[in-house]
Amino acid sequence: MSIEARFQLAYPGFTLDVDLCLPSRGITAIFGRSGSGKTTLLRAIAGLERVLRGRLVFEGEVWQDVNFFLPTHRRALGYVFQEANLFPHLSVQANLAYGKKRRRSQSDLEPIVELLGISHLLGRMPERLSGGERQRVAIARALLANPRLLLMDEPLAALDAERRNEILPYLESLHDELKIPVLYVSHAADEVARLADHLVVLEGGRVVAAGPLAATLASADLPIRFGEDAGVVLVARVAERDPRWHLARLVLAGGTALWVRDDGHPVGKTLRVRVLARDVSLAHKANEPSESSILNRLRVTVRELRPDSHPALALALLEADGQPLLARLTRRSAAEMKLEPGIMAWAQVKAVAVLG
Amino acid sequence: MLSASDYAAIWLTLKLAGVTTIILLLIGTPLAWWLARTRSRWKGLIGAVVALPLVLPPTVIGFYLLVLMGPEGSIGQFTQWAGLGLLPFTFGGLVVASVIYSLPFVVQPIQNAFETLGDQPLEAAATLGARPLDTFFTVALPLARPGVLTATVLGFAHTVGEFGVVLMIGGNIPDKTRVVSVQLYDHVEALEYVEAHWLAGGLVLFSFLVLAALYTLNPGQSSRR
Repeated sequence: MSIEARFQLAYPGFTLDVDLCLPSRGITAIFGRSGSGKTTLLRAIAGLERVLRGRLVFEGEVWQDVNFFLPTHRRALGYVFQEANLFPHLSVQANLAYGKKRRRSQSDLEPIVELLGISHLLGRMPERLSGGERQRVAIARALLANPRLLLMDEPLAALDAERRNEILPYLESLHDELKIPVLYVSHAADEVARLADHLVVLEGGRVVAAGPLAATLASADLPIRFGEDAGVVLVARVAERDPRWHLARLVLAGGTALWVRDDGHPVGKTLRVRVLARDVSLAHKANEPSESSILNRLRVTVRELRPDSHPALALALLEADGQPLLARLTRRSAAEMKLEPGIMAWAQVKAVAVLG
Repeated sequence: MLSASDYAAIWLTLKLAGVTTIILLLIGTPLAWWLARTRSRWKGLIGAVVALPLVLPPTVIGFYLLVLMGPEGSIGQFTQWAGLGLLPFTFGGLVVASVIYSLPFVVQPIQNAFETLGDQPLEAAATLGARPLDTFFTVALPLARPGVLTATVLGFAHTVGEFGVVLMIGGNIPDKTRVVSVQLYDHVEALEYVEAHWLAGGLVLFSFLVLAALYTLNPGQSSRR
């Protein structure tokens, strides 16, 4: 844990009051609705927003404290804005060189340009790029300045669905290649599920949950905030591929197996899968395969029952060999099944999304 | 045709406008930057002072400058103390007066350009490690170039066209303070209409060419104004 951020800010209609300790590896998603203060928090960490009452320590280096404020240009960070914010008077090449030169960065242009697929754009002016290309250049520009911390403010929010899907794979490969921590502000649950290792949830300027992704997604009253997107993200390994039915068997950390569509991932590969609460139902008896079309039936223990977004619904927090799972069911079903914490049941999983 | 004294007046006018424009760009650009970026409560007051020459009759400016730069005025006392003598009826005096008179024509276009720039490019530069001065020269100024071009042209052309201030401060001394507009006035007074036509027509043509060049080279800026 090595990014310590404490900020307090209040003006009419808006408050920010956070005290966070963020990990120095992996992608930390800062999730919240618009107006929750997530962008303000990111800007405060960058030094773009001057929060008078604040303290920020990055890997032992004080960036802000009482009577001390390190200006943005002296913080070793990279910032990707919502709108790419390229310099319109400079070519792509000159945009990329801007930060590299000023930070005396030794980073090689080649691999980063290659990773983001922009080598054919170097000679162009920003006005002649598509929204997706602009954002990729902006990410490359930030990385080439050799940051020790990468801040991304909803880098996909200004793009349409097609462009988003064009960039997401690049962000995923960044996730595997980058050795520096990334703070990723987003209000899109699917981006968070695909990219994040850690999760901070903001609401009304306050932190309502923070921690590793899987545990945080299942914990506290968080799922309600995700609404239809409530669910868990699990890490699984491809254990077997069944060519006859085009299915793959994934094994979770606790040994639980899930059958999913075979997307061609090799045996042994580690994948991230997402199971939405609305795709999980509960039963006392496991149906025989001949009686049900549901492929995945897991033995689970009910840990907790929580109210959901609608009074008719409830969320059940389950555990399958140590792995968290969420199920959304009606409160009537819960009462008729006499579900309560500690009870064993069968979870029937209707769909598993492989995130890659 | 133009006489030798006409040519002398033209040369003096161009020299005055050139020197004035250079000085105005040097002091006007930082002033415009400050006016565009500051949150100080003095912004309104300073902005109003800069804009005053737009609305005041040139003779008012000329009168006060004459008093201030005279032997009893504070500027006059200072220039005498500094060994520069008195400024009225000298080329230096004309430059000082022109700088003040044309100030808003240079500051306002640049200020507009800096304001439309917004925070975004400056913030991007800061996150890439650029110091504020570096950001100013490598991001703000290049992006404000249309505004700077407009300011240069307007400052130069406006100085060429001034008359009232020159007459109050400079008088009518050949080769020192007799600029084109004063020379033209002399021709008309002497009923030398042919000579007057040459000079007046020249000024019209000059002004037209300058503005045509400005609006052709700088379409974005002209449509925004």
